[in-house]
Amino acid sequence: MEFLGHYNYWIVIFLMMTGFYVVISHSNLVRKIIGLNIFQTSVFILYISMGKMPGGTAPIVAEGVTLYSNPLPHVLILTAIVVGVATTALGLALVVRIKEAYGTVEEDEIHAQDESL
Amino acid sequence: MIETLIDIVLLTFLAVTAIVIVRIRSLFAVIMLAGIYSLASAGLFVVLDAVDVAFTEAVVGAGISTVLLLGTLALTGEQRKTTSRHGPLIPLAVVTLTGAVLVWGTWDMPLFGDPGAPAHQHVAPRYIQDSPNEVGVPNMVTSVLASYRGFDTLGEVTVIFTAGVGVLALLGFRRRKPRHPEREKP
Amino acid sequence: MIKSDSKPRQVVRPVITRLLMPYILLFGLYVQFHGDFGPGGGFQAGVIFASGIILYALTFGVARARSLLPPDSLQPLAALGVLLYGAVGVASLFMDGHFLNYSVLSSDPVQGQHLGILLIELGVGITVTAVMVLVFFAFFGRDEEGEV
Repeated sequence: MEFLGHYNYWIVIFLMMTGFYVVISHSNLVRKIIGLNIFQTSVFILYISMGKMPGGTAPIVAEGVTLYSNPLPHVLILTAIVVGVATTALGLALVVRIKEAYGTVEEDEIHAQDESL
Repeated sequence: MIETLIDIVLLTFLAVTAIVIVRIRSLFAVIMLAGIYSLASAGLFVVLDAVDVAFTEAVVGAGISTVLLLGTLALTGEQRKTTSRHGPLIPLAVVTLTGAVLVWGTWDMPLFGDPGAPAHQHVAPRYIQDSPNEVGVPNMVTSVLASYRGFDTLGEVTVIFTAGVGVLALLGFRRRKPRHPEREKP
Repeated sequence: MIKSDSKPRQVVRPVITRLLMPYILLFGLYVQFHGDFGPGGGFQAGVIFASGIILYALTFGVARARSLLPPDSLQPLAALGVLLYGAVGVASLFMDGHFLNYSVLSSDPVQGQHLGILLIELGVGITVTAVMVLVFFAFFGRDEEGEV
């Protein structure tokens, strides 16, 4: 169990780095935002993993249940998800405006246009 | 035990989906995979007892996010190429290094599901013990969200409102230009 | 991209949408007001309600959905939710409590908490619904008007 004790965290780090890789290696702006979403979801998993109590149940009061998982990370992440989609929408709106202004959503083509000005 | 097994399978599935998202060329397929990724993480949240979070992630991640990404794809068009001017080597080195440092950091983390972990020590026991009597709401997530941490939630709602205003400011409803302005005049 | 004129092969989608939409909206309301007892609350309810409207818009066209829910009335709604939330806080200030301390809203503290949570969850739900639908209209309406 010692090995599996950190499995959640390692996968979280892997997902985080995958998202990070997408952000820094791909030049397409829509892909970068998907990369940020992957990164974001990995942070959600990190928080929820920390709140898990072995043998506990969901934090809703029920008869005959004494052990609940920690509700605090759930609250933080619940709001973070909805805020996340709102900020993603803002990022995508910026991408749409960049497309209209530059005619492309590839980062290096945008840089090339800026340098030629 | 069975929970741990489902946990491991779902986490592995998430990792595989993430790899495919990096590798695949078609942007449309990437968006669909991002929806699957969100749905799988929602399943994981159920296993980890976070039913409220799973609920939200399933609706937001697999629903609204995917629709918005598809809308953006329709407006910006399919990607023409996948590589950037730097090869994959430098980004790969950066993420490997950062990842290695983070993995090194996990040695100091409490084991998964450790009841003595610091996260379970501070305010959480009070929320679990006192909220049914103090707030009188069975769902502790609701009582913490709305009552104990009401300031926090007010801030989040303001952020959502501000993001909505930002989107409207950027993409606001274009007034349809009359084709023949002189005809509009009486 | 989204054509509102239904071709012969598009029979299933309008029928299923008509069938499902009332239940999605009803489920949204259930999640909104049952969030105290089961999983749910304003955030989830708002998104579910918005997704019901988005399903309608994707099937019957954004223009029809927009005549159903005009953006001019959604924009004040988005602000109204935040204001309702803040107003509950200010009300508790005036009733000799701390900001957002719902216990003073009623003579019985637990009743006050119930009332406060119900009101602020309603505020959250209204804002989230309005913002999600507005964002959707902003993205998809742009495309449709571009074609005009």
